[in-house]
This record gives sequence, C-alpha cells and structure tokens, in this order.
Amino acid sequence: MTGPDLASLVRDRTIMICSGSGGVGKTTTAAVLAMEAARIGRRAVVVTIDPAKRLADALGLGHDGIGNLPKQIDGPWPGELWAVMLDTKSTFDDLVTNYSDEPDQAARILDNRFYKNISGALSGTQEYMAMEKLYDLHADELFDLVVVDTPPSRNALDFLDAPRRLTRFLDHRLYRVLMAPTRGMMRAVNVAAQAFVRSVSKVVGGEVFDDAIAFFQAFDGMEQGFKERAEMVLDLITSPATGFVLVASPKRDTVEEARYFTDKLAEADIPVAALVVNRMHPHFTEALPEALRARADTLGDSDLGGLYRNLADFALVASREEEHLSGLAEQVEPAPVVRVPFLRTDVHDLTGLALVGDHLFARA
Amino acid sequence: MDPAQFFAASRLVIVAGKGGVGKTTVTATLALAAAKRGLSTLVVQVEGKSGLASMYGQPAFSYDQVTLAEADETAGQAAVKARTLTPDDALVEYLEQSGMSRISRRLVTSGALDMVSTAVPGIRDILVLGKVKQLERDRANDLIVLDAPAAGHAISFLQSASGLADAVRLGPINNQARDVLELLGDPARCQVMLVTLPEETPVNELVETAYQLEDRVGVSLGPVVVNGCYPDLPGLHVDPNEAAAASGSSLRPGEAEELTAAAEFRRERMALQREQIDRLAEALPLPQITLPYLFDSELGPPQLHHLADAFLAEVKALGPAAASTMKAP
Repeated sequence: MTGPDLASLVRDRTIMICSGSGGVGKTTTAAVLAMEAARIGRRAVVVTIDPAKRLADALGLGHDGIGNLPKQIDGPWPGELWAVMLDTKSTFDDLVTNYSDEPDQAARILDNRFYKNISGALSGTQEYMAMEKLYDLHADELFDLVVVDTPPSRNALDFLDAPRRLTRFLDHRLYRVLMAPTRGMMRAVNVAAQAFVRSVSKVVGGEVFDDAIAFFQAFDGMEQGFKERAEMVLDLITSPATGFVLVASPKRDTVEEARYFTDKLAEADIPVAALVVNRMHPHFTEALPEALRARADTLGDSDLGGLYRNLADFALVASREEEHLSGLAEQVEPAPVVRVPFLRTDVHDLTGLALVGDHLFARA
Repeated sequence: MDPAQFFAASRLVIVAGKGGVGKTTVTATLALAAAKRGLSTLVVQVEGKSGLASMYGQPAFSYDQVTLAEADETAGQAAVKARTLTPDDALVEYLEQSGMSRISRRLVTSGALDMVSTAVPGIRDILVLGKVKQLERDRANDLIVLDAPAAGHAISFLQSASGLADAVRLGPINNQARDVLELLGDPARCQVMLVTLPEETPVNELVETAYQLEDRVGVSLGPVVVNGCYPDLPGLHVDPNEAAAASGSSLRPGEAEELTAAAEFRRERMALQREQIDRLAEALPLPQITLPYLFDSELGPPQLHHLADAFLAEVKALGPAAASTMKAP
C-alpha cells in the first residue's frame, strides 16, 4: 500500500521541500517538480539555493540577473513556472526592515558590521532564509505551489532547526549579559562577566564586542516579532500542505544519509511524502553476479571473458543498489519510491528537465 | 614519477572537492598509498560523520588520535593514523597552551565561541587550520592528509586565514592567521589535491574551485584526482556470439543480448567519461590521477588496498613535471 504518488503530490500540495545530501540532484528534482505543476496548469515557483551555472541559465537565473525576485520562465505549459535564486542576505535585510519599528532602527542594524557577518555567516542562516523565502512565496497569491531546494549543509536537517536556532541565538544569555549594563541594571553582577569579556577581547580584538553590543542594542525590541515569525514558519513546514521529497542516489553512503535524515524527520513528526532515487544503474540480467564472475574467470582475458566480467560488474552494482534501497524504501513507507536512471548527460536546459520529468512521472 | 618523490613534495595535502565525488575515499586512498611507500601518515578530518574509519575496518574516531593501519616493517609499510579536529577542542587546547586555560573552557561552555565565531567569520576554520599547522610543524608524521570541508566550504575554509589576518589585527588569532597563511602559501609545506568525477557538473565545479583557490587563497594545486572512472575491459566492441565462437564456448538463449546491452552501456559511459577527462585536461593544466569506479559499493580494507595500488600505479605513470607543484595560469 503506497501513499499518494508524485503526480498527486504535485497536484495537491502547496509546498514541496526537496532534501537530501549534496550531489544527488536535489536542484534538478525541485525544478522538475515545479515544471510538472506548470504542465498541469498550476502556478509554481521553485526556490533554488546554489544551482549549477548552466541550470541557472536555463532557469533564467544567470549571474547577471537580480536575485531574490521570482522570474517567469516561458514554456509550453498551461500553468506558470517561476524560479528564484535565494539571496540570503537580502532576505534577511527584508526581514529586519519588516520587523523594525522605524526606518532608523532598520538602518542601524543593516549598517552594523556584526549584523553583516551574521546575515552571511551565522550557521543556519541560509537554511532559515530559505524557509523564510518559502513562507513569503507561500503567502503570495501569485503562486499555487512553492518548491524549495534545501541548502547543501553539513547537516541536511539544519533547515528544520534553523528558525529556532536563530531565535536561540538572539536570546542567548550571553547577550543578556552583554546588554545588561546598557540597560542600567545588574551592574555588580556583571563585573565577572565584564572581566570575561575583556579576556575574550584580548583574543579576538575589542571591536568585535563593540559591534556585537551595538547590534543587540539596535535589535532590542524586535526579538518577539522574530520569534513569532520563526514559529509560523516552522508550523508551515510541518503542516500537511507541505510534502517532503527525499532525494537520494543509490550509493551506500547517500542512502545511509537518507535513512538518518528520515529518522530525524520522523522525530519531528514529519513523514517523507516521496522518495526520488536518481542515477540508478540499469538492470541488464537476472543472472547472479557471482555466477557471471565465475564464468568470466574461467574465460580469462579473452573477449568473452571481458564481456562476462562487464555484465557481472553491472549485475553486482544493480543488486547492491537494490540492497541499499530496500531498507530505505521500507523506512519511508507508504511514500512512493521513484527511480530515475543514469542519464546520458547532465541536465542544463528545459528539454533536459522535461526528460527527467518523463522518468519521474512514468512517461518514459 | 617515483612515488617517494611525489609524496615528499609537501608535508600537508589538503583533499578538497564537491559533496558526492568521493573526497573521503580519496583521502583514505592517498593516506594508504603513502603509508605503503613507507611514509607515516596522519589523516585529519574536520567533519565528524564519514565512513573513513570503516574503509580501514576500524571503529569511528574523534579528537584523540587513533591508528587506522598498523606499520608493517617487513612489508615496508608505515602506519596510518587519524583524528578529527573540532574548533571547540582546538580552541581549548590553543588557549591552554597560550596560558589562558582559565577562560578556555568557559569560552566554549558559555556559548561565547558561538558568538565570537559569528562575529568574526572564519574563526572556527582558523582554529582548526591553526591546529593542522601545529601538527605539520611537529613533524611527528611524514605526511598529513586533510579531508577538507565539502565544496564551497573548502574555499571559505582556506580563505579564513587571509580574512582574519585583516579582520583581527592583533593578538593570538592574528598570529594564527599569519602562520596559516605562511603554510598555505608554501608549496613545500602544503598543496591542495582536488577531487572530481568524470562528469560535466563536477568537472565544471572543480575548474571553478581550482581558479578560486589560486586567486583567493594562493595555495598550490597538486594533481587532480578523477574518481570513479570505468576500467576498460577486453571484448566490449566484440559481438558476443563471435567472442563465444572464438573461445569455443556457447551462450544461453538471451545471453548475447544481455552481454551486448551491458557492453554498449559501458562503452557509452566510458566515452562520456573520456570527454569530461579531456575537457578537464584542457581547462586545467594539472596532471591527472584517475581512480577506478568500484562496482562493489562495500568499501572495506580490500577495496581500499586496491585503490591505493591503483593510485601508486598512476603516480608512477605521471611525468617528471608533477614533481614540483604546478600553478594554473
């Protein structure tokens, strides 16, 4: 018994999130899902994080283009296909501008060196901004479906934790300590903390702390708005309108990562809606790899020996791939498992995306 | 060229590449190949999760150094050791050595490191690289192989030194950054070995990374490793029925079609791989080391030895020009 197939997900969900480890074809899969939605008449937008250059060009996201605003891609479909490349910093800037009480406050924050570093470098910021962008586009009446490609982070789950992580950061007791003197309270208690700060300053230089304090002063009063927003984003990505598409390749290590990832999603009560496995080797024979190998060995270096050795190689890789996948397929049940074969060339244009679509939606 | 000469080119080799290209496999292979030639080798990892230990048939390791492969004097093989460096541990150790042990633990437990590393991007990286630099100076090992963070992270990781040398003008972090810059800029001490697959996107990204590393980090690039190349086999162009006749053997019904389809697939993949390897050679004037695709995905000690031997054979086939580290123009 399997759940809704990929075509139904594309038809019914309002958000699809593609996740998986690096190099498995997440970006391509996300673009294909959005394209499929356009094919069935929906208005879809795909948010990509770091597309390979030629795919970016195909999606109208060439490097000269302005990031962060969706661009429409023309094509032979009744619906609409839009694409946007995530610009972490300007997404964060917009968020600050929206939540500050007055333009002055926003300007103070946007100019602060510490903020500039955070908006580019705080771990999890890119993940959070991807979710923020998703929230924004979801709320936009121009789109029926938002497809997001998650960042290739060290921990593929960072994006789930990202909203809370940022608010935790803003809420850290150390900043309370740093902030306290300027609020004119608990000065005595802070003598020890100040001594600590002085020691740290010796290591990294005092300007760092001055910038940090200025940032938190400017940020004062905005934490609540940020926190509420983070909770809303989290609610949205865990709602039934959202479908998680796990993208993997049949290699052992990526399957292991996908399994780990599925466990983590399950802990957060999020089911995998579909599993897409790219780059499957073809299945040429029912014969067992060991038998073929043995046959090849009796034939030595002859041409026939080489032919059998080759067939044995592919029989082995195919059986290993199925072995690796069977556990994962069971784990994501009832999610459908869609296998995409090794393609001749990399996907870098709309025709290529359509070809992957034929495999994903069983038209090939 | 002589592998001994090859491995003596620099004491630190940083293995870098996009996720999924087999960076860790190449790290493990390079370390074992060097050890087979008698160089005591230390593998340094900076990201916890990886299958490196299991490739050597060993349990996972962390900050404390472990032995992945014992030395075998009769076979002329030196030991392969390994450890994982984390910024937190590196910082505590560094502060303790700098006479600041009083604040070191607190800096980590209070979360101050989090804030400091946010305020000063690259500080985590410099702590790790600073530790690597110390290991390199200690000369406790003939070769250190650093499994760098994946993809774009590798550039920011290696760029942290120049960024920090400017951002933090005084104090211990500045000293660390300067020392690391010196290390990265000295081809006799350090080079980067880039890893890719013989496929379009990974090749494009490798070329881009190579130029960025040259321009922004100023580090020397060693040979490029092209991982996952299909080894050639006899008979791939031969009709199975003819091949069977030539061997005086017969095929089961349907077997000729299976053999043909599989042979065609391999030929086609090999041609596509060849195209990408040539394109890489054209775009990047660096010597190439190709490693075979392993059809058996169970990567344990026997497969690793196979890869290490293949690596050594490739090194022997390199021209003498590969002795000095090369610079992309």
